[in-house]
Amino acid sequence: MTRVGVVTFPGSLDDGDARRAVRLAGADPVRLWHGDADLQGVDAVVLPGGFSYGDYLRCGAIAALSPIMTEVVAAADRGTPVLGICNGFQMLTEAHLLPGGLVRNDHGAFVCRDQRLRVERTGTAWTNAFEQDEEIVVPLKNGEGGFTADADTIARLEGDGRVVFRYLDVDPNGSVNRIAGIANERGNVVGLMPHPEHAVEPGFGPDTPAAMRSGVDGLRIFRSALQALLAA
Amino acid sequence: MPVIVVEVMPKAELLDPQGKAVAGALHRLGRTAFGGVRVGKRFELTVEGPVTDAVLAEAREVAESLLANLVIEDVVGVRELTTAELEDRLDAEVGA
Repeated sequence: MTRVGVVTFPGSLDDGDARRAVRLAGADPVRLWHGDADLQGVDAVVLPGGFSYGDYLRCGAIAALSPIMTEVVAAADRGTPVLGICNGFQMLTEAHLLPGGLVRNDHGAFVCRDQRLRVERTGTAWTNAFEQDEEIVVPLKNGEGGFTADADTIARLEGDGRVVFRYLDVDPNGSVNRIAGIANERGNVVGLMPHPEHAVEPGFGPDTPAAMRSGVDGLRIFRSALQALLAA
Repeated sequence: MPVIVVEVMPKAELLDPQGKAVAGALHRLGRTAFGGVRVGKRFELTVEGPVTDAVLAEAREVAESLLANLVIEDVVGVRELTTAELEDRLDAEVGA
Protein backbone atom coordinates (compact mmCIF):
# COMPACT_ATOMS: atom_id res chain seq x y z
CA MET A 1 0.00 0.00 0.00
CA THR A 2 1.16 3.53 -0.74
CA ARG A 3 2.60 5.11 2.38
CA VAL A 4 2.09 8.86 2.93
CA GLY A 5 4.01 10.54 5.76
CA VAL A 6 2.45 13.35 7.78
CA VAL A 7 4.99 15.35 9.79
CA THR A 8 4.10 16.50 13.28
CA PHE A 9 5.84 19.67 14.48
CA PRO A 10 5.51 21.29 17.93
CA GLY A 11 2.25 23.22 17.45
CA SER A 12 0.85 21.22 14.54
CA LEU A 13 -2.95 21.02 14.77
CA ASP A 14 -4.20 19.29 11.66
CA ASP A 15 -1.78 16.36 11.50
CA GLY A 16 -4.50 14.03 12.78
CA ASP A 17 -7.00 15.20 10.16
CA ALA A 18 -4.32 14.93 7.46
CA ARG A 19 -3.59 11.31 8.43
CA ARG A 20 -7.32 10.59 8.36
CA ALA A 21 -7.58 12.14 4.88
CA VAL A 22 -4.70 9.98 3.69
CA ARG A 23 -6.46 6.87 5.04
CA LEU A 24 -9.81 7.81 3.45
CA ALA A 25 -8.00 8.36 0.15
CA GLY A 26 -6.81 4.77 0.29
CA ALA A 27 -3.22 5.10 1.47
CA ASP A 28 -1.42 4.16 4.64
CA PRO A 29 -0.70 7.25 6.81
CA VAL A 30 2.70 7.28 8.53
CA ARG A 31 3.44 9.51 11.54
CA LEU A 32 6.68 11.43 11.07
CA TRP A 33 8.36 13.51 13.77
CA HIS A 34 10.01 16.88 13.10
CA GLY A 35 13.08 16.01 15.17
CA ASP A 36 13.92 12.85 13.21
CA ALA A 37 16.05 13.13 10.08
CA ASP A 38 14.16 10.11 8.71
CA LEU A 39 11.21 9.88 6.31
CA GLN A 40 10.81 6.13 7.01
CA GLY A 41 10.77 5.45 3.28
CA VAL A 42 7.36 7.06 2.65
CA ASP A 43 6.16 7.61 -0.92
CA ALA A 44 4.80 11.13 -0.31
CA VAL A 45 4.90 13.76 2.45
CA VAL A 46 2.25 16.09 3.89
CA LEU A 47 3.24 19.11 5.99
CA PRO A 48 0.06 19.84 7.97
CA GLY A 49 -1.55 23.02 9.24
CA GLY A 50 -1.28 24.53 12.68
CA PHE A 51 0.92 27.02 14.46
CA SER A 52 4.34 25.38 14.62
CA TYR A 53 6.52 27.00 17.28
CA GLY A 54 3.64 29.37 18.04
CA ASP A 55 4.38 31.24 14.79
CA TYR A 56 7.51 32.61 16.54
CA LEU A 57 9.91 34.56 14.30
CA ARG A 58 7.69 34.03 11.21
CA CYS A 59 5.01 31.44 10.42
CA GLY A 60 6.77 28.19 9.52
CA ALA A 61 10.26 29.69 9.77
CA ILE A 62 11.60 27.62 12.66
CA ALA A 63 9.85 24.44 11.54
CA ALA A 64 11.51 24.87 8.12
CA LEU A 65 14.86 24.37 9.91
CA SER A 66 13.81 21.08 11.57
CA PRO A 67 15.98 17.99 11.03
CA ILE A 68 13.21 16.33 9.00
CA MET A 69 12.99 19.27 6.60
CA THR A 70 16.48 18.51 5.26
CA GLU A 71 15.08 15.10 4.27
CA VAL A 72 11.87 16.64 2.88
CA VAL A 73 13.89 19.03 0.69
CA ALA A 74 16.06 16.15 -0.56
CA ALA A 75 12.98 14.01 -1.28
CA ALA A 76 11.28 16.91 -3.09
CA ASP A 77 14.39 17.29 -5.26
CA ARG A 78 14.11 13.59 -6.15
CA GLY A 79 10.48 14.12 -7.24
CA THR A 80 8.65 12.80 -4.18
CA PRO A 81 5.17 14.40 -3.91
CA VAL A 82 5.14 16.97 -1.09
CA LEU A 83 1.99 18.84 -0.02
CA GLY A 84 2.05 21.83 2.35
CA ILE A 85 -1.27 22.87 3.84
CA CYS A 86 -1.58 26.32 5.48
CA ASN A 87 1.29 26.32 8.02
CA GLY A 88 2.85 23.62 5.81
CA PHE A 89 2.64 25.99 2.81
CA GLN A 90 4.36 28.65 4.93
CA MET A 91 7.11 26.11 5.73
CA LEU A 92 7.58 25.30 2.03
CA THR A 93 8.17 28.97 1.23
CA GLU A 94 10.50 29.38 4.21
CA ALA A 95 12.42 26.28 3.06
CA HIS A 96 12.61 27.77 -0.47
CA LEU A 97 10.85 24.78 -2.00
CA LEU A 98 8.22 27.24 -3.22
CA PRO A 99 8.68 30.95 -4.09
CA GLY A 100 6.99 33.92 -2.43
CA GLY A 101 5.80 34.30 1.13
CA LEU A 102 2.67 34.50 3.27
CA VAL A 103 1.93 37.69 5.20
CA ARG A 104 -0.72 38.81 7.68
CA ASN A 105 -4.21 39.05 6.17
CA ASP A 106 -4.68 42.55 4.73
CA HIS A 107 -7.85 43.14 6.79
CA GLY A 108 -6.01 42.15 9.98
CA ALA A 109 -8.53 39.52 11.10
CA PHE A 110 -8.38 35.74 11.26
CA VAL A 111 -10.56 34.25 8.51
CA CYS A 112 -12.49 30.98 8.81
CA ARG A 113 -14.91 30.06 6.04
CA ASP A 114 -15.83 27.47 3.46
CA GLN A 115 -13.94 28.81 0.46
CA ARG A 116 -14.66 28.30 -3.23
CA LEU A 117 -11.52 27.68 -5.30
CA ARG A 118 -10.73 27.08 -8.94
CA VAL A 119 -8.26 24.30 -9.76
CA GLU A 120 -6.21 25.97 -12.48
CA ARG A 121 -3.54 23.35 -12.94
CA THR A 122 -4.25 19.64 -13.00
CA GLY A 123 -0.77 18.54 -14.06
CA THR A 124 0.61 18.31 -10.52
CA ALA A 125 1.09 15.35 -8.22
CA TRP A 126 -1.72 16.69 -6.02
CA THR A 127 -4.34 17.83 -8.56
CA ASN A 128 -4.39 15.23 -11.34
CA ALA A 129 -7.79 13.88 -10.17
CA PHE A 130 -9.53 17.20 -10.97
CA GLU A 131 -10.90 18.62 -14.21
CA GLN A 132 -9.15 21.71 -15.56
CA ASP A 133 -10.76 24.84 -14.01
CA GLU A 134 -12.99 22.71 -11.78
CA GLU A 135 -14.53 24.66 -8.91
CA ILE A 136 -14.27 23.14 -5.44
CA VAL A 137 -15.10 24.16 -1.86
CA VAL A 138 -12.77 23.51 1.08
CA PRO A 139 -12.43 25.21 4.47
CA LEU A 140 -9.99 28.11 4.83
CA LYS A 141 -8.73 29.28 8.21
CA ASN A 142 -5.72 31.53 8.65
CA GLY A 143 -4.42 34.77 10.06
CA GLU A 144 -1.36 35.07 7.82
CA GLY A 145 -2.44 33.74 4.45
CA GLY A 146 -1.79 36.66 2.13
CA PHE A 147 0.37 35.28 -0.67
CA THR A 148 2.93 37.75 -1.91
CA ALA A 149 6.01 37.78 -4.12
CA ASP A 150 7.85 40.29 -6.27
CA ALA A 151 6.34 41.20 -9.64
CA ASP A 152 8.80 39.03 -11.62
CA THR A 153 8.00 35.95 -9.53
CA ILE A 154 4.25 36.50 -9.88
CA ALA A 155 4.64 36.91 -13.66
CA ARG A 156 6.69 33.70 -13.82
CA LEU A 157 4.19 31.74 -11.69
CA GLU A 158 1.29 32.95 -13.84
CA GLY A 159 3.15 32.51 -17.12
CA ASP A 160 4.33 28.99 -16.32
CA GLY A 161 0.92 27.86 -15.09
CA ARG A 162 2.17 27.28 -11.58
CA VAL A 163 -0.85 28.90 -9.91
CA VAL A 164 -2.66 25.71 -8.91
CA PHE A 165 -5.58 27.09 -6.86
CA ARG A 166 -7.20 30.52 -7.06
CA TYR A 167 -9.77 32.01 -4.66
CA LEU A 168 -13.21 32.61 -6.18
CA ASP A 169 -15.87 35.12 -5.03
CA VAL A 170 -13.55 37.04 -2.68
CA ASP A 171 -9.89 37.53 -1.92
CA PRO A 172 -10.14 36.33 1.70
CA ASN A 173 -6.68 37.42 2.87
CA GLY A 174 -5.22 39.91 0.40
CA SER A 175 -3.33 37.40 -1.73
CA VAL A 176 -1.78 38.79 -4.93
CA ASN A 177 -3.96 37.80 -7.92
CA ARG A 178 -6.17 35.81 -5.48
CA ILE A 179 -3.53 33.06 -5.46
CA ALA A 180 -4.51 30.29 -3.01
CA GLY A 181 -1.91 27.67 -3.93
CA ILE A 182 1.14 27.17 -6.15
CA ALA A 183 3.44 24.41 -7.38
CA ASN A 184 7.14 24.08 -8.02
CA GLU A 185 8.38 23.78 -11.62
CA ARG A 186 8.22 20.00 -11.59
CA GLY A 187 4.73 19.90 -10.09
CA ASN A 188 5.56 17.46 -7.28
CA VAL A 189 5.58 20.15 -4.56
CA VAL A 190 2.30 21.98 -3.96
CA GLY A 191 1.41 24.44 -1.21
CA LEU A 192 -2.00 25.94 -0.46
CA MET A 193 -3.58 27.93 2.37
CA PRO A 194 -7.03 26.22 2.34
CA HIS A 195 -7.46 22.90 4.18
CA PRO A 196 -8.46 20.00 1.89
CA GLU A 197 -8.10 17.56 4.81
CA HIS A 198 -11.24 19.07 6.36
CA ALA A 199 -13.36 18.13 3.31
CA VAL A 200 -12.87 14.39 2.96
CA GLU A 201 -15.82 12.64 4.65
CA PRO A 202 -19.61 13.11 4.37
CA GLY A 203 -20.96 14.60 7.58
CA PHE A 204 -17.80 16.55 8.37
CA GLY A 205 -17.14 18.69 5.29
CA PRO A 206 -18.47 22.01 4.00
CA ASP A 207 -22.16 22.40 3.15
CA THR A 208 -23.15 21.68 -0.46
CA PRO A 209 -26.42 22.33 -2.31
CA ALA A 210 -27.12 18.59 -1.91
CA ALA A 211 -26.79 18.33 1.86
CA MET A 212 -25.27 19.91 4.92
CA ARG A 213 -21.60 19.06 5.56
CA SER A 214 -21.46 16.72 2.60
CA GLY A 215 -18.53 18.40 0.79
CA VAL A 216 -15.65 16.02 0.08
CA ASP A 217 -13.78 18.00 -2.61
CA GLY A 218 -10.55 17.81 -0.60
CA LEU A 219 -10.33 14.04 -0.88
CA ARG A 220 -9.22 14.11 -4.52
CA ILE A 221 -6.12 16.13 -3.57
CA PHE A 222 -4.91 13.12 -1.57
CA ARG A 223 -6.15 10.65 -4.21
CA SER A 224 -4.19 12.59 -6.83
CA ALA A 225 -0.92 11.75 -5.08
CA LEU A 226 -1.81 8.05 -5.13
CA GLN A 227 -2.53 8.23 -8.86
CA ALA A 228 0.70 10.15 -9.47
CA LEU A 229 2.69 7.48 -7.60
CA LEU A 230 0.99 4.63 -9.48
CA ALA A 231 1.71 6.35 -12.80
CA ALA A 232 5.37 6.98 -11.91
CA MET B 1 29.21 40.76 26.93
CA PRO B 2 29.02 42.60 23.63
CA VAL B 3 25.67 42.73 21.87
CA ILE B 4 24.84 42.97 18.16
CA VAL B 5 21.49 44.52 17.30
CA VAL B 6 19.66 43.39 14.15
CA GLU B 7 16.65 45.37 12.97
CA VAL B 8 14.15 44.00 10.48
CA MET B 9 11.21 45.79 8.85
CA PRO B 10 8.41 44.59 6.56
CA LYS B 11 9.18 45.54 2.97
CA ALA B 12 8.05 49.09 2.20
CA GLU B 13 5.80 48.00 -0.67
CA LEU B 14 3.92 45.50 1.49
CA LEU B 15 0.87 46.48 3.47
CA ASP B 16 1.66 46.31 7.21
CA PRO B 17 -1.73 45.52 8.83
CA GLN B 18 -0.16 45.58 12.31
CA GLY B 19 1.22 49.09 11.77
CA LYS B 20 -2.08 50.18 10.28
CA ALA B 21 -3.98 48.96 13.36
CA VAL B 22 -1.58 50.82 15.69
CA ALA B 23 -1.89 53.96 13.55
CA GLY B 24 -5.67 53.68 13.81
CA ALA B 25 -5.45 53.50 17.61
CA LEU B 26 -3.15 56.56 17.73
CA HIS B 27 -5.57 58.45 15.53
CA ARG B 28 -8.47 57.58 17.86
CA LEU B 29 -6.41 58.90 20.79
CA GLY B 30 -6.07 62.21 18.98
CA ARG B 31 -2.34 61.72 18.32
CA THR B 32 -2.60 63.37 14.94
CA ALA B 33 1.09 64.30 14.82
CA PHE B 34 1.84 60.77 13.61
CA GLY B 35 0.53 60.00 10.16
CA GLY B 36 1.58 56.39 9.99
CA VAL B 37 3.15 53.47 11.86
CA ARG B 38 5.15 50.51 10.62
CA VAL B 39 6.00 47.70 13.02
CA GLY B 40 9.28 45.83 12.70
CA LYS B 41 11.48 43.58 14.81
CA ARG B 42 14.66 44.07 16.82
CA PHE B 43 16.93 41.14 17.68
CA GLU B 44 19.78 41.31 20.19
CA LEU B 45 22.55 38.76 19.69
CA THR B 46 24.84 38.32 22.67
CA VAL B 47 28.36 37.63 21.41
CA GLU B 48 30.78 35.23 23.04
CA GLY B 49 34.07 37.13 22.80
CA PRO B 50 34.97 40.31 20.93
CA VAL B 51 32.92 41.60 17.98
CA THR B 52 35.35 41.24 15.09
CA ASP B 53 34.59 42.02 11.43
CA ALA B 54 34.09 38.28 10.93
CA VAL B 55 31.50 38.11 13.73
CA LEU B 56 29.67 41.14 12.30
CA ALA B 57 29.70 39.52 8.87
CA GLU B 58 28.28 36.33 10.39
CA ALA B 59 25.55 38.37 12.11
CA ARG B 60 24.63 39.92 8.75
CA GLU B 61 24.51 36.46 7.19
CA VAL B 62 22.27 35.14 9.99
CA ALA B 63 20.09 38.25 9.70
CA GLU B 64 19.53 37.76 5.98
CA SER B 65 19.11 33.99 6.04
CA LEU B 66 17.12 33.39 9.23
CA LEU B 67 16.13 36.46 11.24
CA ALA B 68 14.54 38.04 8.15
CA ASN B 69 12.81 36.51 5.15
CA LEU B 70 14.00 38.76 2.34
CA VAL B 71 10.90 37.92 0.28
CA ILE B 72 8.74 39.89 2.71
CA GLU B 73 11.20 41.79 4.94
CA ASP B 74 14.35 43.93 4.80
CA VAL B 75 17.28 43.93 7.20
CA VAL B 76 17.60 47.64 7.98
CA GLY B 77 20.42 47.53 10.50
CA VAL B 78 23.15 45.29 11.92
CA ARG B 79 25.36 47.03 14.48
CA GLU B 80 27.15 46.52 17.76
CA LEU B 81 25.71 48.19 20.84
CA THR B 82 28.06 51.02 21.87
CA THR B 83 29.85 50.95 25.23
CA ALA B 84 27.60 53.79 26.43
CA GLU B 85 24.46 51.84 25.51
CA LEU B 86 25.79 48.74 27.29
CA GLU B 87 26.66 50.81 30.40
CA ASP B 88 23.14 52.33 30.45
CA ARG B 89 21.77 48.84 30.38
CA LEU B 90 24.01 47.67 33.25
CA ASP B 91 22.92 50.70 35.30
CA ALA B 92 19.28 49.82 34.72
CA GLU B 93 19.87 46.21 35.73
CA VAL B 94 21.42 47.14 39.10
CA GLY B 95 18.67 49.73 39.67
CA ALA B 96 21.03 52.69 39.63
